Amino acid sequence: MDFSFAQFLHELWIARVPLLQGVGITIASAALAIVAGTVLGVFVGLALTYGAAPLRLPMRGYTDFIRGTPVLVLVLASYYILGTAGIQLGPFQAGVLALAVFCSSHVGEIVRGALQAIHKGQIEAAKAIGLTFSQTFVSVLMPQAIRQILPTWVNTAAEMVKASTLLSIIGVGDLLLASQEVISRTFMNMPFYLFAGFLYFAINFGIERFGRFVERKTHIPS
Amino acid sequence: MTTNPILEIRNLHKHYGDVEVLKGVDCSMQRGDVVCVIGSSGSGKTTMLRCINMLEEFSDGSIRIDGEDIGYELRDGRRQRKSEKEVARQRALTGMAFQQFNLFPHMSAAENVMLGLVKVKKMTRDEARAVAEKWLDRVGLLSRRDHYPGQLSGGQQQRVAIARAIAMSPRLMLFDEVTSALDPELVNEVLVVIQDLAREGMTMLLVTHEMRFAFEVSTRVIFMNQGRIGEEGDPKEMFLRPKSERLAEFLKNSSFH
Repeated sequence: MDFSFAQFLHELWIARVPLLQGVGITIASAALAIVAGTVLGVFVGLALTYGAAPLRLPMRGYTDFIRGTPVLVLVLASYYILGTAGIQLGPFQAGVLALAVFCSSHVGEIVRGALQAIHKGQIEAAKAIGLTFSQTFVSVLMPQAIRQILPTWVNTAAEMVKASTLLSIIGVGDLLLASQEVISRTFMNMPFYLFAGFLYFAINFGIERFGRFVERKTHIPS
Repeated sequence: MTTNPILEIRNLHKHYGDVEVLKGVDCSMQRGDVVCVIGSSGSGKTTMLRCINMLEEFSDGSIRIDGEDIGYELRDGRRQRKSEKEVARQRALTGMAFQQFNLFPHMSAAENVMLGLVKVKKMTRDEARAVAEKWLDRVGLLSRRDHYPGQLSGGQQQRVAIARAIAMSPRLMLFDEVTSALDPELVNEVLVVIQDLAREGMTMLLVTHEMRFAFEVSTRVIFMNQGRIGEEGDPKEMFLRPKSERLAEFLKNSSFH
């Protein structure tokens, strides 16, 4: 079917509220998942790097299991399996939980890699001036690890935005679902999918710029 | 014995698996002593130094600083490791300079020195900055206070690292082969700093390969051999008239003439 650009703009204007809501839900679900997944992932990374075997081995199993599972399966499991297990979450909550868990396993591995790359003399020097481990982590390890983590973390964050489209399957009204609803009413496939694609790109471009900004801020002169 | 020793090591044992690195070391230091530990690599000298601030756990024996047991205590007749928090506090009783400097690369020279003052000594940032600047001045690097380690030469980095340790006013300074990673022309600037500290009465224990330096600066020399103290005494005596065959051989093979 052939539509003029003016018609597209007209339909876009009519659908502005549900589409904006969709963008809001996409950003909210991805942002919550990234924040929760990153916080959780830092602890996973710490456990993988410095944990004693009783902590480290279950964490290793956790990350390997989660990373080997498709996100869609995690989303469905979190919505349906937790439901039958008596933990009834709404689609949005279940979806965010699944994304956060997925994110944490990836961030955990990234953090582990970055921490292991730090020379052990750094920990020794921190110990020698009397810092406790948590002080060492906050002042010495994390600031150095962040610089290593950042580029990969930006990738993971962008992946989370893209993975949030899977929440549409359990009925979360994200940008993709909102676009599809508009399309089913107007039959304007091309322009609205392109438009959705452009919005996803814009969100990820924002994340990438933010990553660059932090990289510049944390650059070590030498 | 006239006064209480600042450091007292008794029957120190350490092994990695089946390999015994320290086979019963006894040693003590008084305030103001400058003791150099020499010996071939693998003799256990660095390990002994690292046990004093618990960078290495040790299997048996005791280390006391000012009468305080380091790292372990007897509880219900059993030897138990002290809590991590307590060990951290005890580590601050000593200061340590490392062969590889180990400055924090993401902090300027001044921030490197300030970190422990703020986090451990709980100074305000202004107080810490004043102390840091005083010590950076002492090692001749006040003008470099805002430089990052990557912008400093090896000798300068090591002097910052020494300032970072000393600013914490430790009761005992430990130096672990602090000139071994330096280019030959940078060794002297670091040795001069240490020599000044020695002159001012700082209590120091140094593992070193600089025989000339050990000869000139130390009040006492310990020669370690295969996990034990092989010989110990006045540097002039030891270097010029070694009693044991081992020490004589070691001195002959090292750069001291």
